[in-house]
Amino acid sequence: MLFYIFAILAILSGAYMVLTRNLLYAGFSLLITLLSMAGIYVLLFADFIAVTQLMVYVGGVLVLLLFGIMLSSRVHDKSVLSESVNKIWGTLVAGLILVGLSYAILKANISTLPWLQTANLDVLGQQKSTVQLIGIKLMTDVVVPFELASLLLLMALMGAAYIATDKQNT
Amino acid sequence: MDLIPLEHILLLSATLFSIGILAVITKRHAVVVLMGIELIFNAANLNLVAFSRYDPTLLQGQLFSLFVIVVAAAEAAVALAIVLRVYQYFKTANLNEVVTAENK
Repeated sequence: MLFYIFAILAILSGAYMVLTRNLLYAGFSLLITLLSMAGIYVLLFADFIAVTQLMVYVGGVLVLLLFGIMLSSRVHDKSVLSESVNKIWGTLVAGLILVGLSYAILKANISTLPWLQTANLDVLGQQKSTVQLIGIKLMTDVVVPFELASLLLLMALMGAAYIATDKQNT
Repeated sequence: MDLIPLEHILLLSATLFSIGILAVITKRHAVVVLMGIELIFNAANLNLVAFSRYDPTLLQGQLFSLFVIVVAAAEAAVALAIVLRVYQYFKTANLNEVVTAENK
């Protein structure tokens, strides 16, 4: 039941993000979408992912986006409004993608997949949180992608700082 | 323990994905296009987490979605730096105006 409330909230605020012309309203409706996604992650037994979603998306990416809005438009100006183009074609393409994906999902009978039937769901009830398991996995099975991710973040940090620096004043 | 049907989660993910596509196609402000891309990332993550529920001893889907979140954060940082640079140079963040702007 809670899942459907979060799902409706996510879809409605996502739709408002597309429909509104004000950039700040779009940013804040994206905030509601991301928060309800975090709630859905909790309902799907992914507590660590939910907390990461809150910290990285809501706390980091969304603040970055709001900074981007503030710095790239004057708030009391018409530049804070974003115009829409290709409305008919865009709606058509997005609607066709939605219809195609929904048709595929409903046709596929995903619940009858063999490995989903044989999955041992009792483990879910016993383990209190996934944090310990994810920590062990990050240091053993996926340690190379983990280190590569840290390298990528360092590169992104330096690259973003270098790109955004005003070179005329140095 | 009643589980949420997998189809409903996948349908929610498909809806969010097409909303993101719609934002990328129709919006012309660079920051809103980035917001659409973030929504697409989230839709993909939702699928990974939903299937990871059936894999509770390995949690491969959750690990993969962690890396997706990391890459999305790095992408957002670099893309916003580029948007700010473009705004300083062309005095607009509207993509159509940037494409047709004269090279100063």
